[in-house]
Amino acid sequence: MLPLLIGITLISFAVIHLTPGDPTQLMTSMNPNASSEVSERLIKLYHLDKPIHIQYWEWLKNIAVLDFGESFALDGQSVMEKIKHRIPYTIYLNIMSMILIFIIALPLGILNAYYKDSFFDKTSTVFVFIGFAVPTFWLALLCMYFFGIKLGWLPISGLMSYNFENMTLLGKIGDIAKHSVLPVGVSVFGSLAGISRYARNSMLDVLNNDYVLAAKARGLPEKTVIFKHALKNALLPIITIIGLSIPGLIGGSVIFESIFSIPGMGQLFYQSVMMRDYPVVMGILVIGAVLTLLGNLIADILYAIVDPRIRYGKK
Amino acid sequence: MTPKNYFILILIIATITVIGCTDKNGESENANKNVTENKSIPKQTSNSNTDDSQQDKPFGDIIFEGSIGDASNLIPILSTDSVSHQIASHIYNGLLKYDKNLKLTGDLAKSWELSNDKKSITFHLKKGVKWHDGKIFNADDVKFTYETIIDDSTPTAYDSDFRIIDNITIIDDYTIRVNYQKPFAPALNSWTMSILPKHLLENVKITESSLQRNPIGTGSYEFVKWNPGESITLKANKSYFDGRPNIAKYVLKIIPDSTTMFMELLKGNLDFMSLTPLQYSKQTNTPKFKDNFEKYTYLSNSYSYIGYNLRNELFKDKRVRQALTYATPKEKIIESVLFGEGHVATGPYKPDSFWYNPDVKRYEYNLEKAKELLTEAGWEDSDNNGYLDKNGREFSFTLMTNQGNSNRAKIAEIVQENWKKLGIKVKIRIMEWATLINEYIDKRNFDALVMGWSIPLEPDLYDVWHSSKCSGKNLNFICYENDELDKIIEKARLTFDQDKRRKLYYKAQEILAEDQPYTFLYVPNALVALHKRFKGVEPAPAGLMYNFEDWYVPENLRKYSLTQ
Repeated sequence: MLPLLIGITLISFAVIHLTPGDPTQLMTSMNPNASSEVSERLIKLYHLDKPIHIQYWEWLKNIAVLDFGESFALDGQSVMEKIKHRIPYTIYLNIMSMILIFIIALPLGILNAYYKDSFFDKTSTVFVFIGFAVPTFWLALLCMYFFGIKLGWLPISGLMSYNFENMTLLGKIGDIAKHSVLPVGVSVFGSLAGISRYARNSMLDVLNNDYVLAAKARGLPEKTVIFKHALKNALLPIITIIGLSIPGLIGGSVIFESIFSIPGMGQLFYQSVMMRDYPVVMGILVIGAVLTLLGNLIADILYAIVDPRIRYGKK
Repeated sequence: MTPKNYFILILIIATITVIGCTDKNGESENANKNVTENKSIPKQTSNSNTDDSQQDKPFGDIIFEGSIGDASNLIPILSTDSVSHQIASHIYNGLLKYDKNLKLTGDLAKSWELSNDKKSITFHLKKGVKWHDGKIFNADDVKFTYETIIDDSTPTAYDSDFRIIDNITIIDDYTIRVNYQKPFAPALNSWTMSILPKHLLENVKITESSLQRNPIGTGSYEFVKWNPGESITLKANKSYFDGRPNIAKYVLKIIPDSTTMFMELLKGNLDFMSLTPLQYSKQTNTPKFKDNFEKYTYLSNSYSYIGYNLRNELFKDKRVRQALTYATPKEKIIESVLFGEGHVATGPYKPDSFWYNPDVKRYEYNLEKAKELLTEAGWEDSDNNGYLDKNGREFSFTLMTNQGNSNRAKIAEIVQENWKKLGIKVKIRIMEWATLINEYIDKRNFDALVMGWSIPLEPDLYDVWHSSKCSGKNLNFICYENDELDKIIEKARLTFDQDKRRKLYYKAQEILAEDQPYTFLYVPNALVALHKRFKGVEPAPAGLMYNFEDWYVPENLRKYSLTQ
């Protein structure tokens, strides 16, 4: 896993450094006030004058002791500080949405498989695909206008009210809950299709298996067949999905976060790339890479735990 | 669980979601209605000649302004973004400032004088000015600010105007003399730079100073808190040397999407924001909006232009550039891109500024004249393929602009269409900003560009128009070289007398209008919406915020009461 990680960082490092432009650009380009030496001085200050492989080596040495360095942005904060400030928003929203997606989409998919080709199956399929196809930003704006202004039920943007700090604990929870409804709702609606289709197909696969036929032949009640024998096996692939969604927890969508003005990871990453803020970009990429590898590992281990066939297969 | 139970579960979840929406009563605990009686505090003015009517203006209320971006660093010499400077302008003062008509006037300096050889400026500082932490401001702070800016370890983009200073002498605590190597008229403008507190920055590296996030200045507002990506809060400085401001708190809310911001405005969570031309002209005419908000418009400090690479053979002939300008429907561009909210630009100054010359050559849209000029310059369609050619070369080029600015893309399309009527083939290329700058502009590797400049308050044209700025990564990237203009620009830099200086810039504008190195397009209007409860707002050439300290909310209209 370690060589893989180093490989990922090497490629990311090379790509981000090869893109045209450098971090001093934002300050000095098209700015008549900046004297011509400013750019050179800044490049020295950020050690960008050294050859790229030496820069990478320096960076790697720091990463080895978990030092992500300091942002090149004008605020001079450390990368960790920046990420630490942003990550709670993103993780909170992603976990909320993921829980809801699983709670809604899994049963929906299984019911779809059970009532295959029924009216229910068809309408819910259309419903989830509408969610999949509708552009999030458009739906978000419509919901904001409808629920926020027309009906006035919900706050429009942000995750907290301005006077959040002066609220009681209960008030705070209520405030966040109210602010979460729209962003979580919209992202859940957009993501139902994936999981519910997945669940539906994997259930259908299982239902066609011989052991299901055998169970039916043994005269077991339909419910036992479906929910005891079939469901267990149908849920196996879901573990892979859970594993793969772990890195997704820290990734945010720029458009989504901008529209709901949530200061999350998506905005941070986008701004860092636009500003060529190499340390922040690399910091986020490393965390993402680690989580991806970790997610795969966890999925593999879980698989082995819940599915005896895999364990035996290795022996 | 049976399928039926699952169904019920889904229903329950759905209901919870809906119930979450219907909690309308939560509104009452929302925002700032911590009702406490608030008596307006009698205004203490350190300045005796403030007019008496100001004494009656009540103190209180909060203003919420919306901003697309967050600030980056609240030590203004370290930041280059407009939001940081906007916040810093409330917190810090310079020695000088621009008044409502964009004339320089004293801020921390009560007066200043030039020596006879024009090489040194003596500033007399105001007495009794205090930093927000209570320390007294004096000449040491000014000298310290200068030394910090020119320090090589300070990553600032504002050093060039300070590096030409020979030395600074402190004459006494409240008198300071700045000696320049040679007379330099734009120098005065550089003293609008925020003065930093020496006692807090003296022995720290400026890039590690806590003032970057917790600034302390002399300004009319004091810093309270900054939630990155969410909001920045300031409160009135009650002992401000120019009289305390009337609005108790100022909050800048960061909302990256302008549509969302507009909805927050409609909902009443914001009081003040810039509108897009579309919002200004089409979405703000509802009675509800008009009942609550006032719209203001004034000329913004920027212009858009099409710049021609004068190293390119195509554009070397002035008649060709004139023809292109004649074939550019400026009015139509303003109409379709800005919904009419802009002024035709004829040169690098704002039409309402002191420096603007209204009598330069104008190019009304005229295709016939454009064609004539091109024929004169030798461009004809000799092979009848619909496009002009000369000496076997077809008149075709690429018009570039940066990504993320839809106005510029629209302009490119409009001129492409119009220039096609002259028989000119234009390709449009839209590129990411850094790529455009690095690979094309800095390498002088482009034909023509749609770009914009901000118009600085200091009228010096040196950086963009002097021929010495053509090389390297300098800003005269179109490489306009004109000896006459060079001399005028150099002379204007030595001319302190405003009227004489204006005459020089009048001439400069005539030259630029005749030569058309740029096709100057428009100066857009700044469009803002402000809640009606704010009084004392007077748009001027300087915009709206120049007299923010004098804005007030009558007590009966107050929306927010403060608990303290």
